Amino acid sequence: MGKLTAAATAQITAICNRYKDEETPLMMILSDIQNEYGYIPLEVQELVSAKTGISVAEIYGVVTFYSFFSLTPKGKYVIGCCLGTACYVKGAQQVIDKFSELLGIGPGQTTEDGLFTIDALRCIGACGIAPAVSINGKVYPKVTVSQVHDIVASYQDAEHSGEVI
Amino acid sequence: MISTREELTQSIESCTKALDAKFSGNDGKRHVVLCGGTGCLSNNSMEIKERFEEKLAELGLSNEVTVNIVGCFGFCSQGPFVKIYPEDTLYRLVKIEDVEEIIETDIVNHTVVYRLLYKDTATGQRVTKQEDINFYKKQRRVALHGCGEINPEDINEALGAGAFQGLSRALSMSRQEVIDEVLKSGIRGRGGAGFPSGRKWQFAYNVESDEKYVVCNGDEGDPGAFMDRSILEGNPLAVIEGMVIAGYAIGAKNGYFYVRAEYPIAVQRLRLAIRQARAEGLLGENILGTDFSFNCHLRLGAGAFVCGEETALLNSIEGKRGMPRPRPPFPAVKGLWGKPTIINNVETLACIPYILREGADKFAQVGTENSKGTKVFALGGKVNNVGLVEVPMGTTLRELIYDIGGGIPGGKKFKAIQTGGPSGGCLTEEFLDEPIDFDNLVAKGSMMGSGGAIVMDEDNCMVDVAKFYMEFICDESCGKCSPCRIGTKRMLEILTRITEGRGTMKDLDQLEELAKTVKTNSLCALGQTAANPVTSTLKHFRDEYIAHIRDKKCPAHVCKNLMEYVINKEKCVGCGLCAKGCPVNAIHKTDYVPEGHKLPSYTIDTSKCIKCGACISTCRMRAISKQ
Amino acid sequence: MAKINIKIEGIPYEVEEGLTILEAAKKCGYEIPSLCTFNHGECNLGSCRVCLVEATGARGLVASCVYPVSEGMEVRISSPAAVEARRESVELLLSNHNKNCQQCEKNEYCELLHAAKLTGARDDAFAGTHSKTYVDRLAPGLVRDTSKCILCGRCVARCQNAHGMGILGFENRGFNTIVAPAENRSFADSPCIQCGQCVNVCPTGALMEHSEIQLVDDAMKSGKVMVVQAAPAVRAALGEEFGYPVGTPVTGKMIAALRRLGFNKVYDVNFGADLTIMEEGTELLGRIKNGGTLPMITSCSPGWVNYAEYNYGDLLPHLSTCKSPHEMQGAIIKSWWAKQKNLDPKDIFVVSVMPCVAKKFEKQREQLLFNGVPDVDAVITTRELARMIKRSGIIFNRLPDEEWDQDIMGDYSGAGVIFGVTGGVMEAALRTVYFKMTGREKDEIIFSEVRGHDAGIREASIDIDGTVVNVAIASGMKSAKVLLDEIRAGKSKYHFIEIMGCPGGCINGGGQPYVRSCFLPDEDDDIIDTYKEKRAQALYSEDERQTIRQSHNNPQIIELYEKYLTEPNSHKAHKLLHTSYAAREGFN
Ligand SMILES: Cc1cc2nc3c(=O)[nH]c(=O)nc-3n(C[C@H](O)[C@H](O)[C@H](O)COP(=O)(O)O)c2cc1C
Ligand code: SF4
Ligand code: SF4
Ligand code: SF4
Ligand code: SF4
Ligand code: SF4
Ligand code: SF4
Ligand code: SF4
Ligand code: SF4
Ligand code: FES
Ligand code: FES
Ligand code: FES
Repeated sequence: MGKLTAAATAQITAICNRYKDEETPLMMILSDIQNEYGYIPLEVQELVSAKTGISVAEIYGVVTFYSFFSLTPKGKYVIGCCLGTACYVKGAQQVIDKFSELLGIGPGQTTEDGLFTIDALRCIGACGIAPAVSINGKVYPKVTVSQVHDIVASYQDAEHSGEVI
Repeated sequence: MISTREELTQSIESCTKALDAKFSGNDGKRHVVLCGGTGCLSNNSMEIKERFEEKLAELGLSNEVTVNIVGCFGFCSQGPFVKIYPEDTLYRLVKIEDVEEIIETDIVNHTVVYRLLYKDTATGQRVTKQEDINFYKKQRRVALHGCGEINPEDINEALGAGAFQGLSRALSMSRQEVIDEVLKSGIRGRGGAGFPSGRKWQFAYNVESDEKYVVCNGDEGDPGAFMDRSILEGNPLAVIEGMVIAGYAIGAKNGYFYVRAEYPIAVQRLRLAIRQARAEGLLGENILGTDFSFNCHLRLGAGAFVCGEETALLNSIEGKRGMPRPRPPFPAVKGLWGKPTIINNVETLACIPYILREGADKFAQVGTENSKGTKVFALGGKVNNVGLVEVPMGTTLRELIYDIGGGIPGGKKFKAIQTGGPSGGCLTEEFLDEPIDFDNLVAKGSMMGSGGAIVMDEDNCMVDVAKFYMEFICDESCGKCSPCRIGTKRMLEILTRITEGRGTMKDLDQLEELAKTVKTNSLCALGQTAANPVTSTLKHFRDEYIAHIRDKKCPAHVCKNLMEYVINKEKCVGCGLCAKGCPVNAIHKTDYVPEGHKLPSYTIDTSKCIKCGACISTCRMRAISKQ
Repeated sequence: MAKINIKIEGIPYEVEEGLTILEAAKKCGYEIPSLCTFNHGECNLGSCRVCLVEATGARGLVASCVYPVSEGMEVRISSPAAVEARRESVELLLSNHNKNCQQCEKNEYCELLHAAKLTGARDDAFAGTHSKTYVDRLAPGLVRDTSKCILCGRCVARCQNAHGMGILGFENRGFNTIVAPAENRSFADSPCIQCGQCVNVCPTGALMEHSEIQLVDDAMKSGKVMVVQAAPAVRAALGEEFGYPVGTPVTGKMIAALRRLGFNKVYDVNFGADLTIMEEGTELLGRIKNGGTLPMITSCSPGWVNYAEYNYGDLLPHLSTCKSPHEMQGAIIKSWWAKQKNLDPKDIFVVSVMPCVAKKFEKQREQLLFNGVPDVDAVITTRELARMIKRSGIIFNRLPDEEWDQDIMGDYSGAGVIFGVTGGVMEAALRTVYFKMTGREKDEIIFSEVRGHDAGIREASIDIDGTVVNVAIASGMKSAKVLLDEIRAGKSKYHFIEIMGCPGGCINGGGQPYVRSCFLPDEDDDIIDTYKEKRAQALYSEDERQTIRQSHNNPQIIELYEKYLTEPNSHKAHKLLHTSYAAREGFN
């Protein structure tokens, strides 16, 4: 626990306090930590354990059960490629392979510069426009292998010019 | 603030007038309506809306023309949609650049923009109105009521479309009468198993408890299905109303929505709708002046398919790993935090207001003997019209695929339709005229599931499809019980072996044995149905399995290890495009010049080829094929 | 409980309402194989699926361990579908299992192997890849090997129930699921107190004590002087390994066996226990008299000490500074005893036979090294001792009853014996404290208020000639926590608290023989409810048989003080018999 900075401790404590009147707040706390802190390492889990009285092993079990929770920091841009049925039959595998090839990382991995993470998703409910790719919440419809390069480049360019997407 | 049933009636009257005026043009205005569902938003419908507003302002038309967002039209593959009232003209595949033309041609000059109208796939004819499009013709909207028509972020539009009339009527009845009405409607759960909702409510009603809960299952994990998302995005108040009615019926004071975190727009609109309903007094203490109080709460999933299973969902709300619990005790007796709980699917709850508003008889008029009402399907895969369709139970597969879906693209041959997602099975040509309902699908070896319907054509390898679903199940198995945790892994190993050409005939027996074991021994329905895709493909497409095993061939040319890319040296004109695009330089020039050609043809070095498929699409001569 | 009528295999039976099919069937004389369930639903995940049966009213087969019986229910255990389903569940488990039964130390008591035999599992019926294996051998107390884990969850439930701690949990999901301390860490790098309660319930070899038999063998080979000392709880349970009814004391045969195993001296740890009482009693009186830190808490259970160091660093001054009995005795063996025998302490190898796996951790504590030499060199559990006896060809039942070695540390009092059961240390201490405060023996030396064999808290107020001494007893950390939080809040009314790591105390220690009704055919079905009481009774009856029943009346103890230590809590006693504690981070 000593490894957390004072700011991080304050942030996590504040998140825990948000739900102190809830009967079983763990999922909500972890979701907020994932969204706001970016990941949920063991030190953070220890703090949550101290605040909620839930054992670290149980929290760790929950974190590793749900695919949204991450033990390591994700990239600034999380490229979520849908591999659900509708997308799969429309070539989603090739699309994710192309992202992997261009970025040199596999699904679940993050580029060394911390910019991109590729996640394989299971249906994001945008099946009507399959194959769908979601980057930080923005959904790209009917993505083809040939578009992948431009999509990646648009984020890289924005990054270099300091623009916010 | 609406504090009595009378006030609600008045409110509904005035909202209905306003909404009608919009549709009919009685207000002397024109109305531009855009789809604000996930599919269309990703195709820039918000930007299109802004462009409309800008341009109309520039032209000083802001007072005569309004611009509105509504929920999903269902036909997402043709989105974004723009609809103009009162003419009811529907434009599809609209781009930001098209806005000026629409304003100039349609809004100002009252002429349709011909090129943006929907073009019928069969006849090539342009269609102006939504209702004349084949995709919509056979549909009947009960669960999707209001979707694509009303602004989901405005409670007044929902009221205009009849929201909370059902609740108002329910509150004038006794709890048991409400349950009887639901029983009478014959509605069965839309979330998967098709359990009669009235009976479920009755169980929970019968249990004495100081606290009970209603849970709405919005986890929608079946890949390829997105009806719950569209309902929550298009008319969240209908689901809220359904939940409140359920709460009243069983005697609950609190309800929980469990929605996937993958659905941010649905979550945001649901949250807004709850807030608006609360502000209007339609949630909270003493609803409509009665002594019934009810509150809604929202919980988000975190990426686990199994949490759609009701007991896993309860564990998840309770902050635990989403591992299913053994039953009994059933949730209706011991559910959320040990209290009696009913869990209903989003679509189920969305039908409830209709049943109470229009009456159980009207609901039960459509459908089949044991499956009443309508069902929303997410039609996807190899079919021309991809999207959400709501049809009466009993509609045949042929109507679904050909009349509504517009048939198979590219003149390919229909092979199978997978219903019920990873728990379902595939149905072949011979079943095309079967009416779709809960029991019939099960009798034919598949199931309704949540309504995913994926069409496959001759290019789909059924062994690969079975493997795809098994991979999904293996990833999503919670790992609690041994038959599912280990059995599905074993099945996946065998399927992988077969698709890689390492299978044996004995593997087929073993697959069947495993399928039986996993089905009978697993703890929850995920495992109990996990083998269905395997069982049904083994039954209908055994020859494809055998081709993989004996002949080491994938008849659909999908399984990479069992196919080769080949250049037809007579057809090849030697342009070299394919060679340039090959990522591993597997394509070389030969010294063979076919008759009548100037340049030597190319050939593929199969030992180098990684079967990426890039070359096949680059060749304009169609000289490359998979074999 | 109301009775209801059911049928099993067509035969009518009357059973209690509320039972599961599994429990009801057992009462009617049927054994349905089961793996994940344990101890009346202490663990009831319904996850192994080896207990499937047919029951009317249910669709398909049901898991008998979680499915309740109901009036008129007809159960079929022997239907072909059920027989096949049970067998296939076991086969699937075996297909992801590191099957090396011959080498596996759990072999004799393995419930998976038992289920495989019962169901007739076929060889490699569903062969395939195995989940990734993790083996943790870093902790001195216990070993975890995921290649043998069937994810039954019993250990998770036990750790939670006994200690409220939840050191173990499920991690990941699907085929990658494991049961482990958070982050799949070693027990050594997590706040596990190494009590071994989880080992006791594990149906397979996935959790085992960290065996030190090899250490003992090596020492024997190197020609050291082998001194063995056995804790009281061992004699109350060792017999179970050799077919004696639970609760049969086998002290004499155990001593005979230890001699035959090649130990040069065979002592009872009870001498050490008496010594502990002398030191601890004096310390308590001192604290009461001089306004020292109160309440004082016992420190003889290393499981508890670990817990305190991890979770209550601020309360460590409350712990008695006394070493645990076997450590005290080890210290005496390597000092006074060695001197008497003209031996270099380095040539002596002290082996403790313990009901405990936490003692394996304790013996290597920094604070317990004396000039780099540990008081105790090896700790083997009751189970390990049984294994050593069996491999040596000793037919235990035919051994004569023999006596402890009598020289120097041979005498012991009844007070020492009852150390093995929760409340025993307290009772032993009170006998001596009473004498020290009043100068006379208490007529009724049994303090029945503090007796018991279960977890939970017991308390008593003892009036000693007008001075009221408030005492409390807790075993298992879940109960202990209540008392500790009171102290932390400044609200504790007690003078003296006894805390034991394991629920019920050492008779139920993490190194004791496994209690499984399927391996104890001669015991009644309720053995899981009664074994603690039976083992405790074995100790209480040995206390009653002793002529000397107070530690301060043990003549050899008196002699030790006279000739060597001078008096309790003397400078020399402190150096040899007392220790210190330090707060530790759970996840470091
Ligand atoms: C693995 C699995 C996943 C499920 N996923 C969903 C889901 O995403 N949405 C849903 O409503 N029901 C799902 N169900 C069905 C639910 O368990 C439950 O039957 C349903 O929510 C009940 O509502 P209904 O009666 O209104 O259909 C799933 C069931 C299983 C076994
Ligand atoms: S069947 Fe599968 S998902 Fe269901 S409890 Fe068992 S392992 Fe978990
Ligand atoms: S399939 Fe890919 S790797 Fe193979 S030849 Fe064509 S382009 Fe090259
Ligand atoms: S692209 Fe087609 S025509 Fe051109 S070289 Fe390749 S195979 Fe021949
Ligand atoms: S745990 Fe049991 S089945 Fe596994 S190797 Fe050991 S004895 Fe054999
Ligand atoms: S039981 Fe069979 S496998 Fe095991 S040791 Fe004996 S012969 Fe070998
Ligand atoms: S040894 Fe004790 S504390 Fe450690 S995991 Fe096992 S039961 Fe829990
Ligand atoms: S370690 Fe043992 S008790 Fe724990 S889950 Fe695995 S098999 Fe069960
Ligand atoms: S109670 Fe006994 S067996 Fe348990 S940890 Fe303490 S000393 Fe060891
Ligand atoms: S399958 Fe990809 S969004 Fe549904
Ligand atoms: S999202 Fe626009 S039609 Fe479905
Ligand atoms: S013992 Fe019944 S499921 Fe494991």
